[in-house]
Amino acid sequence: MSDSMLKIQNLHASVEGKPILRGIDLEIAAGEVHAIMGPNGSGKSTLSYVLSGREGYEITEGSVTYKGKDLLALEPEERAGEGLFLAFQYPVEIPGVPNTTFLREAVNAVREYRGEERYDALKFMKVLRARLKELGMSDEFLKRAVNVGFSGGEKKRNEVLQMACLEPSLALLDETDSGLDIDALKAVADGVNALRSPDRSFLLITHYQRLLGYIVPDKVHVLARGRIVESGGPELAEKLEAGGYAGYLDETEAA
Amino acid sequence: MGDAPPLARLLDARLVEEGAAALPGAGLPWLAERRKAAAERFRALGLPHRRLEAWKYTDLPRALKDRDYLPAQRQAPASLDAVPALTGDEPLARLVFVDGLYRAELSRAATGSGSLPDGVRLLPLAQALEREPGLLEGRLDALTGDADGADPQLALLALNAALLDDGLVLLVEPGVAVPGRIELVQLGGLGERPVFHAPRHLVVLGEGASATLVERILGVGPTGGLANAVTELRLGKGAALTHLRLQEANEAAIELATTFGALEAGARYEAFALTLGAALSRHEIDLTLDGEDAEVALNGAYLLRGRQHGDTTTRIVHRVPDTRASETYKGALDDEARAVFQGLILVERGAQKTDGRMLNKTLLLSDKAEVDSKPELEIYADDVQCAHGATAGEIDADALFYLRSRGLDQRRARALLIEAFLAEAIESLSDEGLREPLLARVRAWLQKAGEQDRNETEGGR
Repeated sequence: MSDSMLKIQNLHASVEGKPILRGIDLEIAAGEVHAIMGPNGSGKSTLSYVLSGREGYEITEGSVTYKGKDLLALEPEERAGEGLFLAFQYPVEIPGVPNTTFLREAVNAVREYRGEERYDALKFMKVLRARLKELGMSDEFLKRAVNVGFSGGEKKRNEVLQMACLEPSLALLDETDSGLDIDALKAVADGVNALRSPDRSFLLITHYQRLLGYIVPDKVHVLARGRIVESGGPELAEKLEAGGYAGYLDETEAA
Repeated sequence: MGDAPPLARLLDARLVEEGAAALPGAGLPWLAERRKAAAERFRALGLPHRRLEAWKYTDLPRALKDRDYLPAQRQAPASLDAVPALTGDEPLARLVFVDGLYRAELSRAATGSGSLPDGVRLLPLAQALEREPGLLEGRLDALTGDADGADPQLALLALNAALLDDGLVLLVEPGVAVPGRIELVQLGGLGERPVFHAPRHLVVLGEGASATLVERILGVGPTGGLANAVTELRLGKGAALTHLRLQEANEAAIELATTFGALEAGARYEAFALTLGAALSRHEIDLTLDGEDAEVALNGAYLLRGRQHGDTTTRIVHRVPDTRASETYKGALDDEARAVFQGLILVERGAQKTDGRMLNKTLLLSDKAEVDSKPELEIYADDVQCAHGATAGEIDADALFYLRSRGLDQRRARALLIEAFLAEAIESLSDEGLREPLLARVRAWLQKAGEQDRNETEGGR
C-alpha cells in the first residue's frame, strides 16, 4: 500500500454518555477515494464530526493518525491547517459575512498555518476566479452572505468551492448528495472529480448509492451500529442499492 | 433635596454664590429666571432613581454616590493630536469642546469663515448667549419652562437647564442643504479633578433644509467626568437630519444625554449611536412626530466590557396619521457589562396608518454579562402596523465550528461573527461613507478583546 493518509484504529466515541462509534477501523491511502455507506443512525455523521473536531463528542477508546500525526489532539482549525476538510451535510448560514470575505479569511488562515504568506484582496480574487473557472461556477453568489438564501444545491457547491480554495489533503464529504436534484448532484460530483489527485484522498459518507455513480470510489465500507461491518470495491455499493441495509441491522432495528 | 448632595452643592456654588456670574448669559434676566426655576425643580425632584419605571435598570444615584465634581474650567490644556480623523475627507466645520466648553483654537469654520453657505448659522451656545442672545430667547425653554414640569423624568433636563454652559447651535434657513458634515467634538477626562458639564445643543432646520451632524465624545484623559447633555431638535416640513453619535468616553466617565425634539410633516431624522465608552451611560431619545409623513430611523450599536453600563432609552410619539418609525439596536457585551434597552412607540388616538418597528438584539459574550430589554408599544389607534422584537444570546456554536473547520482560530472566528452581527445595524445607515469609520471602531474593539483573551491564556500557562 502507498503512503497512509488516514488510519483509524478501534475508534470509540460517545455523545452524552451514549456510545455511537463502537470500534471503527479504517485506513485510507494517499490518492484513494473511499465511501462509507450506512443506514440512518449508524454513526456516519458522528464519524465526520469526530474527525473534524466538533465539540460534544467523547473519544473513549482508539486512535486516529492523519499524515503521521495524532489527529484527535488537534483543534479544528489546526486540522484544517493540516489539510483536513469537511464538506458539511448542512452548511451553516452566516448572515452579515460576505462569502468572499469568508473564503479569503479561510484561505489566509490556512496559508498562515502552513507558513505561507497571506494573500492580499487583489491576489485572492485572482486565485478565487481561477478556482471558479475550474469548477465552472459563476461568481454571482460571492457577494451574498455565506450560505444565506442559497438553495440546497448552491450550498453544496459552495462547499466544493471552499474545498477547491483550501486545497485539502483529505476531504470528508458528509451526505453531500442529500437534498440535491440530479443537475446539482452532477455539478458537485464534477467538482469533486476535478479535484481528485494522487496526493489527495476523499472519504464520502452517504446513505445512497446515487453519488457513487458519479464519483467512483476505490473502496466502499458499510457502517452499521457504530462499526464497519463489510468492506469491498464499488460493486458493494450496487449490492446495497439492490438489497438495502436490512441484512446489517439487528432484528429489533430491522423490524 | 434628597439624594444628590454633590450636585446640589454644585447648584449652590454656581447659582447662588458668585459662581453665577461665570455662567454664560449671566446678564440676561430671562435666562437667570429659567436657571433659577430649573434649579428649584431639580432640587425638588432629586436625581432619577430606580423606583421610577423608566430608571428601573439604571441606578444613577448609586453611580454618583461618593463622587464629587467641580465646574469645568476653560483653561484645561488640550489638543486634537490624539483624535483620529473620522473619515478621509475633512468635515465642513468642526466645533471642539473641552470638558464641555468651546475652544476656538481647536475648532474651525464657524460662521463667517466662508465655508458654510448662506442661511446656515453655526456657533457655540455660550458665544450666542453673550453676543446675540436674541437668537436663543424662547428657544431654550421647551420642556423645562413649562409650568407642569413636575414629571420626575424631567430632573435631568431641569439640571441641564439650570447649569447649561455651552454647546452647539445650528440654525439652517428653509431650503438650505448643508453641503458636508458638521462635527461636534467633546474631549473629556483631561483635568486632574473630575468636572461636571451641562452641554446644551440646539439644531433647528427650516422647511426643506438638510444637514449631517456627527457628534464625537472622546475620553482623551483618564479623569472621570459627569456630562449631562441635552440636545433639542426642531425639524421643519420636509427637513432631513442625519445624526451620528460616537460615544467613546473614558471608562471612568458618566455620560448622560437626552435628545428631544419634534418633526413636522415630511421631516426625516436618521440617527445612529455607537456606544463604546463610559462607566455608565444613558442615551435617551424622545421625539414626537407632529406632521404626516414624518419619519424617524433610530439605529445603534453598543459594545461594552468590564463593568460598563450602557442604557439606551427611546420614546417616539406618533401624533398624526401616516408617520413611520424604525429602530434597530444591536450590541455585544463582554465580562460583567450590562446594557439596557427601553423603547416605547406610542401611537396617539387618530394616528392611523402608523408604521412602527423596533428591534433589539444582543450577543452575550460572557455568562456574567446582562441585558435588560424592554420594547413597548402603546397604541390608541386601530389601523396601525407596529412590531417589536428582542433577542439575547450567545454566539452561534454551529457558525463558530463552521469557521474553525475552515481554519480560523477561535478568536478570529468569534470576531468575524460579532462584527457581522453588528454590521447588520451599521449597514442601515444610508450614508455609506459613514459606515466604514463605525466598522473600524467595532474592529478595534474586537481586536482589544482578542488581546485580552490572549493575555489571559498566556497568563494561565
